[in-house]
Formats: sequence, structure tokens, C-alpha cells
Amino acid sequence: MDFQLSEEQKMIQQAARDYANRELIQDVLERDANSIYPAKHVKALADLGFMGMMVNPKYDGGGMDTISYVLAMEELSKVDASVAVIVSVNNSLVCYGLEEFGTEDQKEKYLRPLARGEIIGAFLLSEPEAGSDATSQHTLAEDLGDYYLLNGTKNWITNGNSASVYIVMAQTHPELKHKGINSLIVDRNSPGITLGPHEDKMGMRSSDTHSVMFTDVKVPKENRLGPDGFGFKMAMKTLEGGRLGIAAQALGIASGAYERALKYSKERKAFGTEIFNHQSVAFKLAEMYTRIETGRLLCFHAAWLKDKGLPYGTASAMAKYHCAETAMWVTTEAVQIHGGYGYVREYHVERLMREAKLTQIYEGTSEIQKLIISRDIFSK
Amino acid sequence: MKILVCISVVPDTTTHIRFTDKMDALDTSGIQWIINPWDELALTRALEIREQPGSGVTQISVIHVGMKDTEPVIQKTLAVGADSACRINHAPADSLETASQIAEIVRKELFDLVMTGHDSADYNGSAVGEMLAELLGWASFSSISSLSVAGSVITLEREGDIRSETIIAKAPCVVTIQKGIAKDPRIPSLRGIMTARSKPLTVVEPVKCVPLTRFLRFENPAPRSQCRMVDASNVEELVNLLRNEANVL
Repeated sequence: MDFQLSEEQKMIQQAARDYANRELIQDVLERDANSIYPAKHVKALADLGFMGMMVNPKYDGGGMDTISYVLAMEELSKVDASVAVIVSVNNSLVCYGLEEFGTEDQKEKYLRPLARGEIIGAFLLSEPEAGSDATSQHTLAEDLGDYYLLNGTKNWITNGNSASVYIVMAQTHPELKHKGINSLIVDRNSPGITLGPHEDKMGMRSSDTHSVMFTDVKVPKENRLGPDGFGFKMAMKTLEGGRLGIAAQALGIASGAYERALKYSKERKAFGTEIFNHQSVAFKLAEMYTRIETGRLLCFHAAWLKDKGLPYGTASAMAKYHCAETAMWVTTEAVQIHGGYGYVREYHVERLMREAKLTQIYEGTSEIQKLIISRDIFSK
Repeated sequence: MKILVCISVVPDTTTHIRFTDKMDALDTSGIQWIINPWDELALTRALEIREQPGSGVTQISVIHVGMKDTEPVIQKTLAVGADSACRINHAPADSLETASQIAEIVRKELFDLVMTGHDSADYNGSAVGEMLAELLGWASFSSISSLSVAGSVITLEREGDIRSETIIAKAPCVVTIQKGIAKDPRIPSLRGIMTARSKPLTVVEPVKCVPLTRFLRFENPAPRSQCRMVDASNVEELVNLLRNEANVL
């Protein structure tokens, strides 16, 4: 067992840290306040290679391992989780699905520009009545010979407006239930696609989240990922990696809040001494640090399993569950340590607290993660 | 044109500096090492010049005098775009040793332009560039804040206290770099990080050189005294404090 990062992994971590501390920090408050999409940052991160960092270099990706991805996601999320989720969706949900399950033609046409970050993608699974219960897909992909006819509505779609490519889960054979679901690559500009308004969210406010409506959208047959009826399985496999990205995002939110709280505790004085010297604050920081380190190890373990080609579904569920809960707790306590200053935007921790909440909800709620973990425990 | 950028490896500038128990050396435990920020600016400017159409820059190399544990920092210079690196396997005791080791390589490899930071963020010696020029018998230009290249002609600008100077220099020469010469240091791309491994990093054994400096002892600066705020309208109190407490009047 080796707990040391390689020199390349350290350099990737530092590159993400530098970008976050030098560039993201400058306009993160304004983007959060006004829900401004971070177009220039997405472009810059694409130029640096972060938008398709795990894709094989033969498809223009970075060829990095999953540990490097976890490191990058943590560093970006310490400063701006909204930008990090855009990176996560493109890497974990879109590029991964295409690379793992796509045909060579699909990879040439879609994966290559996505891996270069010239375009970005979105993953469309949730529906108004299908969130945690993802098997209940109401969006229909009617098989009409050469093409599918797509009708339905998808909810909470990250990159909904900015994406050029959608990966859409839709039901083709309702009688087969989840085994009748297909996963389709849909060009964003296809006739019949309309977007709901930008969701006015509590946190992650500069990522663009929309509902997407499909009305008689024709999708060529060759745009189906995998065999007929493979869509649900494909989505679940893809979400295993997605969860790990969000676990790392939650880890970053937690460690970003912790670092700010630690710094503040060394500067702020009360009762004649820095508040770090008060046990009530010191113990809180000790507990934050311990929970964060635990989360980091869970993320690294899941990433290590994935890189070794070993099953990692339960490991990524544990990482996501623990890190999301940790993020929520740590950010809340970080606001508490900051006192009144923590409640104003300038000090960032209230934003991190708002961002943390979503990590307990999206890409599988904490309750769904516990379901996955418990099923695995009971199956042994 | 072949450019050589001299690189110092220094503690991160936010490091809390501590010394060993005997106070005769830096306590290096827990220190994160980085490229000396002024050297990083020099490298950034070299890369910017090469990217300009018709710059004529054919090679950018970096050189560092230090032990093997500095190689991760050297790798970063390759990741951001340097073509090759040379590490002289020696822990130098002073600026003369560093300059002497680098001079040996420059004599062999025929560089046209050598760039260094005007200062290093560890010992703040501000001496390697000028010593190197002297050892080579080259012209040296210090604290340069603008540098452009056209063929073998190098145009430099230096900000003085009361005026700025524009200098036309001919290669070969040594230029020490001041702030403002380049945009922000570059963040390596992931492709750059991966290709850095395949770029040459040559390790050279040092030549004999006797340092002229020996560190006897380090001392921490005295803790800062408390700041006293005086109301702007209360000149009388200010004068009283300066005269009777600070004893500077």
C-alpha cells in the first residue's frame, strides 16, 4: 500500500489549485450572486486539459488516472464548486459514458471534441417524477426504424443550456421496465428541443441548470449507446464514476471551508487570545480535519479501485455519502466559527455551505448511497 | 537564439520560516519548494518571446544547481514549456558557487541569452546574474522590466527612480529580471505535465569551486511591536510619543 502521490499527481493537484486561487477566486462571488455561467473558466480549464482529463489520449483526452481527477476536483471545489460540477459532468458522466460504451464512430464524432473541451456535454436522467427512482422514466424514445422519436421532459440538467451534446435516458420498451430504457446521444440543436428557465438555485449558482423538453425530436439509430435496452445499466455504471466526482467535489467544499475556518481562528481574537486557543473551537477544527481526511481516503480508495479495474460502486457510494455529509457539517461549523462574518458573502463560507447542501442531493441522494451500501452489505 | 533560464528552488513564499535547534541552518521539514518567483517570470517571458512570430528562439533550457530532491520543481519548468533542463548535482553554499557552476555549462553550450531573476526569495543575494556575466566576460543588465528579441538584437527596459532606460543589447549577454516583465506565471497544462517526463533533464557533476561565504548563525527578527493609532488631528500626542516613547526625535 502506498499513500504517496506521484510527482505528476502532485503537479496536477497544484495546477488545479493555482487556477482556483489565481482565477476562480476573482469573480466567484459575483458569479454566485448573479448566477453567471463561467464561460471563460470553462474555456481556460479546457485549454489546460481538465475537461476530458481521464479520456485516452488517442481520443484527445489527458489520459490521467482517477486519483488525479479526484485531486483536481477537490482543488477546484475548494474555491468554486459550480465550476467543478461542470468539469465533473463532462468528465464523469459524458466523456466516460461515450468512451466506455460508444462505438468508434460515436467516439470520433462526439468524444474527441468533448475531451478537448471544445464543446461540453450534459447527462439527462432525472425527470419530474423520476429522481431517486430512476427506473420510472417517462421520456419516450419510440423506435421508428431508422430513428427514435423522443418525447418527454428532463429535470435539473447541469450544463442544460451550455452543452452541445446530451446523453439522454429514455424508455423504448415500457413493458420491459428499466430493461427497456435506452441511452441516446442527442445533438443540442436538434429541432424539437426547448429549455425551461434557468433554475434559481440555493447554491452552485453559476452552473446552468435547466429543464429540457423534447417534442418529436428525431434521434438517428446510430446515436444509441450500447445494445437495445442497455440504457439503464449504462446510466448506473456511469453514475458510479459520477458519484466519485461529486464525492471529491464535496471533499473540496469541506476542505475549502475548513481551511478558511482554520485561518480565521488564528487571526480572530476573543477573550484576549486567538480563538484557536479556545478548546471549543480547537476541537471543532480537529473533528473537521479528521472527517475530511477520512473522506479523502475513501475517495482515493474508490479511485484506486476504478483505476485497477476492480468493482468500485460501493466504494464510490461510501465516498459520496461520507463526503457529502462531511461537507454539510463542516461548512455549517465553519460559518459558526466565523460568527457573524460567516453569515456574509465576503467570507465565502456561507456560499460553501449552500453548495454543500446539493452534494447530499444530486447524483444520488445520501439516502440512495446508503441503499447501495446496505444492499452490498446484505448480499455478502 | 538559444535562451538559458537560471532557476533557484526556494521555499513557498507563504512558508513560516524556522531554523534548526542550533540555529545554523534552515529547518526544511514541511516546506513546500517552488521555483523562485523572479526566475519563474524570466521563464515565462522567454516562453512568451518564443511564441511571437519570427522570434528566432530555437531553444529554451533551464539550469539549476541543487540536489536530486529539487527535480520535481525542475519538472514544472519542463511542464510549462522549457525544452530541456540541466541540474548540476551540488548544494551551493553561496552565489559565487552557483554562478561558477552555471558558467561552466554556458561556456560549453553556447547560449545567446541567459536570464535570471534579479533576486531569489530565499537568501535575497541578488548576485548570481552579475557574477555569471563577470565569469563569462559577457555584458550584464540588471533589474530589467521589459525584454524583446529581434534576431540577435535584444531590447531591454529598466525602471529607474526618476526615469526609465531603454537599452539595445547584443547577444550574448546576461539579463536579470524584475517584476512586470511578463504576465502571470503559467499554469502547466495536463498535456505539458505528461510530456515533461519525456523531455531531457541532464544531471551534471559539479566543477571544483571554493565558496567565499559561510553561514555562522541565523537569528529570528525581533517580534513586531504593537501598532499605536493616533488620531489624525492630535499632532501633539504624536510628537510626544515619537519624542518620549520611540526616542526618534
